[in-house]
Amino acid sequence: MQSLDFLPLYDQGILVLAALVLFTSFALLGQTRMFGLITVFAWQGGLLAATTALVAYSTGQRHLYVSAALTLGLKALFIPWMLKRFVIRLGIRHEVEVLGRHALVLIAGAALVVFSYYVALPIVRLSTLVTRNAIAVSLAIVLLSMLLMITRRQALSQVVGFMAIENGLFFAAVVSTFGMPMVVELGIAFDVLVAAVLFGVFFFQLRDTIDSLDVDRLSRLTENVD
Amino acid sequence: MNLALLAPALAIASTVMGLLVPRAGARGRFAVFGLLGLSGLAALGAGIDGLFAETPRLGQLPLGLPWLSWHLRLDPLSGFFLSLIGLVLVPVSLFGPGYTREFIHGRNAPAVLYVFTGLFVAGMQLVVLADDAFMFMVAWEVMSLASYFLVAFEHQHAANRRAAFLYLLMAHVGALAILLGFGVLAGLGGGFTFDAMRAAPQGIGWASIVFALALTGFGVKAGLVPVHAWLPEAHPAAPSHVSALMSGVMLKVAVYGFVRFAFDLLSVPHWGWGVAALLAGSVSALLGVLYALMQHDLKRLLAYHSVENIGIIFIGLGLSLLFTASGAPLLAALGLVAALYHTVNHALFKALLFLGAGAILHTSHERDMEHMGGLIHRMPHTALCFLVGCISISALPPFNGFVSEWLTFQTFLQVSLLESGALRAILPFAAALLALTGALAAACFVKVFGVVFLGLPRSRNVRHAREVDRGMRAAQACLACLCLLFGVFAVPVVDALAPIAKMLVGADLAHATARGWLWLTPVAPQVASYSAPLVLAGIALAGGIISLTRHRQRRVHPVRRASPWDCGFGGLGARMQYTATAFAMPIRRIFEPVWQIQEQVERTTSDAGGDDERATVIHYALHVDDRLWKLLYEPVARWIHWSARQATRIQTGRIRTYLIHSFLTLLVLLWLIT
Amino acid sequence: MIGWLLALLQTLLFIASAPLLAGWIKRLKCGLENRAAPPVWQPYRDLARLFGKNVVVADTTSWLFRLAPYVIFGAAVLAASVVPLVATHLPTSAIADVIVLVAFFALARFFQALAALDAGTAFGGMGASREMTIASLAEPAMLLVVFTFAVTANTTNLSTAVDHTLGGGFVLRPSFIFIALALLMVAVAETGRIPVDNPATHLELTMIHEAMVLEYSGRHLALIEWANQTKLMIYGVLFVDLFIPWGIAYEISAANVAIGAAAVAAKLAFLGLVLAISETVMAKLRLFRVPGYLGFAFMLGFLGMLSHVILEVG
Repeated sequence: MQSLDFLPLYDQGILVLAALVLFTSFALLGQTRMFGLITVFAWQGGLLAATTALVAYSTGQRHLYVSAALTLGLKALFIPWMLKRFVIRLGIRHEVEVLGRHALVLIAGAALVVFSYYVALPIVRLSTLVTRNAIAVSLAIVLLSMLLMITRRQALSQVVGFMAIENGLFFAAVVSTFGMPMVVELGIAFDVLVAAVLFGVFFFQLRDTIDSLDVDRLSRLTENVD
Repeated sequence: MNLALLAPALAIASTVMGLLVPRAGARGRFAVFGLLGLSGLAALGAGIDGLFAETPRLGQLPLGLPWLSWHLRLDPLSGFFLSLIGLVLVPVSLFGPGYTREFIHGRNAPAVLYVFTGLFVAGMQLVVLADDAFMFMVAWEVMSLASYFLVAFEHQHAANRRAAFLYLLMAHVGALAILLGFGVLAGLGGGFTFDAMRAAPQGIGWASIVFALALTGFGVKAGLVPVHAWLPEAHPAAPSHVSALMSGVMLKVAVYGFVRFAFDLLSVPHWGWGVAALLAGSVSALLGVLYALMQHDLKRLLAYHSVENIGIIFIGLGLSLLFTASGAPLLAALGLVAALYHTVNHALFKALLFLGAGAILHTSHERDMEHMGGLIHRMPHTALCFLVGCISISALPPFNGFVSEWLTFQTFLQVSLLESGALRAILPFAAALLALTGALAAACFVKVFGVVFLGLPRSRNVRHAREVDRGMRAAQACLACLCLLFGVFAVPVVDALAPIAKMLVGADLAHATARGWLWLTPVAPQVASYSAPLVLAGIALAGGIISLTRHRQRRVHPVRRASPWDCGFGGLGARMQYTATAFAMPIRRIFEPVWQIQEQVERTTSDAGGDDERATVIHYALHVDDRLWKLLYEPVARWIHWSARQATRIQTGRIRTYLIHSFLTLLVLLWLIT
Repeated sequence: MIGWLLALLQTLLFIASAPLLAGWIKRLKCGLENRAAPPVWQPYRDLARLFGKNVVVADTTSWLFRLAPYVIFGAAVLAASVVPLVATHLPTSAIADVIVLVAFFALARFFQALAALDAGTAFGGMGASREMTIASLAEPAMLLVVFTFAVTANTTNLSTAVDHTLGGGFVLRPSFIFIALALLMVAVAETGRIPVDNPATHLELTMIHEAMVLEYSGRHLALIEWANQTKLMIYGVLFVDLFIPWGIAYEISAANVAIGAAAVAAKLAFLGLVLAISETVMAKLRLFRVPGYLGFAFMLGFLGMLSHVILEVG
């Protein structure tokens, strides 16, 4: 087994940044305020951009620089700004989301990380890339974001969770295959942008219909007669 | 072997003497307990002999069935547990005469106490010496039944009767599981002796079933969560010196049984067994200490702490099994030694604490901590010995509790040798749980010592308490000294435990004690080392030097005594101190989901004159119950009642139904013959 | 033999410079709060004054109250002898490893809490109860820090740990970054600084540590204060030894020891600055928010462990 000491400094830096991205996923689980959630999401995007740039520098794949710039522009700057504007316009800036059983959610998150490590082990053994250890981290980010979506009631928190899933998938692509073809990346980036805009429209519609953004109230399809 | 047989013989002699002595005679009492003490010395001597013997000593007794005599075996493992029994028995026999004096004029005949104590001790010693399943089970049953009568000694209280019934029920559930385990092994090996079982071909399936049965059966007797419910009921109900024996020794006999099964009779452990034992141990440790924190009955609190410490022992055993299955015998030996060291430590300090509680009960007739206080001024010797017990159980250096916990942590730290990454990620979590448990135990014993001995007395009985007599004091002092010795001289103890590890897992711990009696280096000197004698010397030296430099100042200006700080209001009383419940309140709030809590605050106002209502009386009631009782025990009890009712359906009362039963039985038997 | 003498000298240097660190932090805090600061050696004058004063003891207390300061101070001195300050591989550093070091502080805290309950007042009980609760919650986080470090360096002995870090060159490990932060958070909780406890408060109902020493006076109080200052310095030196040990002397010579002393003084001064800034910026937490704070430290430790297992091996 090759230990960390033998890797060059830039590769160590990649692993450090991967760990910090995992940390932001946990921080997302623990955030109760809307602005805090969006800020942590912005930091996650920024760290992802930094990781991509470092991988690009370390392996010499130039197109990853473009990916990094795209991620920084969209995920770290533009989409968070847009979401914050929605928050202010919807007037939910001062709402605090009540997390049921905070400790249990974090323990579930830790269990998911161990589980994703266990699941990714065969892939990690097959890969020869310098970033193979981070594959488990990317899977963990996806699972933690799904956990975020499950444990939240506010529609905006769920959208942030959805974006974080996309972050995880992007990270998985970077560390396992050194990025996707450029066309695919641009397409996904614009899809995400369009999704963000559409979600914004959806928020206003939702609020007009049921007068709140609590998705648990969308239960008209249930069989129970109230 | 003769010395080893002398021990149960002396215990039975004590039983017989108990039948013969008159009720109100001091000499009779001394004779009974004297024989018991001699039995303890014999057990101690025989145990040490067995521990260091080159080959195991075998023997046979002509008791039992005509074609199946009892086989006896004294090898390092039995020797260790036999000496443990003796080590606790001697102080308890010193304590006994003074303590049982109050039963002479009581409602219950003390002869019952003498008789069944002797039988209880004899049963435990024979369990440890047994080399075949038959003798083991007979001795086990003698142990359980004798202790039932001891628990039910003061049967005029309904709570004691209920506790004794629960104890008997669960002891027999456990015994059934152990019997089934022996049955499977005997079936595989073709004989009842342990040698036949060792040689049996054990496939992984059957071996795992035997392990599960052993863990359940011995877990019930040892008090693992979730089958621990009898412990906090039965231990407080028994007289205090019997509680010391039950908590200090009987639980260890259950640990002996488990070690015998998992390490000796079953030849190849599977890593899943280690994880199961580790899981059971961790959960028991944490839940035990959390439940103990909420108790204010002193003996119930100590009983829950026994659950916690048994959990710690099983954590060490689980680690040992895990390392054996992963092919690291040195670390398996370390884990085993850590667990066995904690076994003897717990026997010593738990017996000490129960004897201290017994002394308090004897002199003030109080069991509730909320009525005690300031006893350090009235009972100074008991207080000092109890303080030693509290420091030891909180795992603080340089006393003995710390060494075994440190060894357990050192075993944990070697998990990087395991291959499974998932295990390497989860085991640190168990280690963190163990750290949390240790810290919560320290908090609990600050509460216990602080509320019971320090501060101001909270009730009349306690205000006029007197120190107990010489025998009871000597017993506690003996155990306190042993706690200190086992803590400071850690290296000789580890040397003494090494033969057991060599016998069971095949690895020697020579490197742990290679650097002399001062330094304990479990893995290697550069990895970790601990020197208990130097710790004791360092603290004493540093504190002593500073104290000496102030000698002249102390002579010129002696210490002045004044009233404590009262913010200028004056009139500090005993009611203004923190109660035990108040001390544990932050922990109760933080870990709230663990218990079933009912909290009630009632205000009754004096006069309702317009807007000016003043509350004069505030009632606060707090009930903390065991959540597992509602989740596990009550549903099981309900299910048993339901299935019993279903089974009674065959009793219809009509003659034709009984004729049908006989007819069907005859048909089945005829078919079987063909 | 000469090793033991050097160890004794190092211990004396340690406990002699602990008040200096406390004075330095106080000076920085006053500077940040725009107040006039006392001189850096003011804690020495305070200790000297307290040692000279007579002792008044509450009449409800017992011998434990008078014994406790000596035990607390003795444990602090012993802990100071174990942690390498300017030189490694002195004989005393083999007496205890990091886990035993934590247990020394636990012993001191045990006696401190008992002494608080000895006076029979409500304040003592309150301080003892809160202190034991916070300490219990800080233990798992501290153990995870030690654990994660130990699985990387394969040792819990502090001298060997320093050797491991010095011998490996500059390696950037994600696990170490997490556990360094966790150690800082746990150190703040254990030494009773903001945001867990305010050491300068005079409102009894907000006190945690101060409530336990409310009844002490004279030389007893001096010993306890000195032990506290030593404890703060020990945690600082522990952080330096585990994560940034460059400059420490592993071969004993006058030049090496001087370099080691200068290096550790500079690092402690920097850590003092970090502590002063964090104390000025953050507010003291409510008591029942401290479990969240310590849970966060635990999570950081666990993330460090997971980072080690997932990212650093293989």
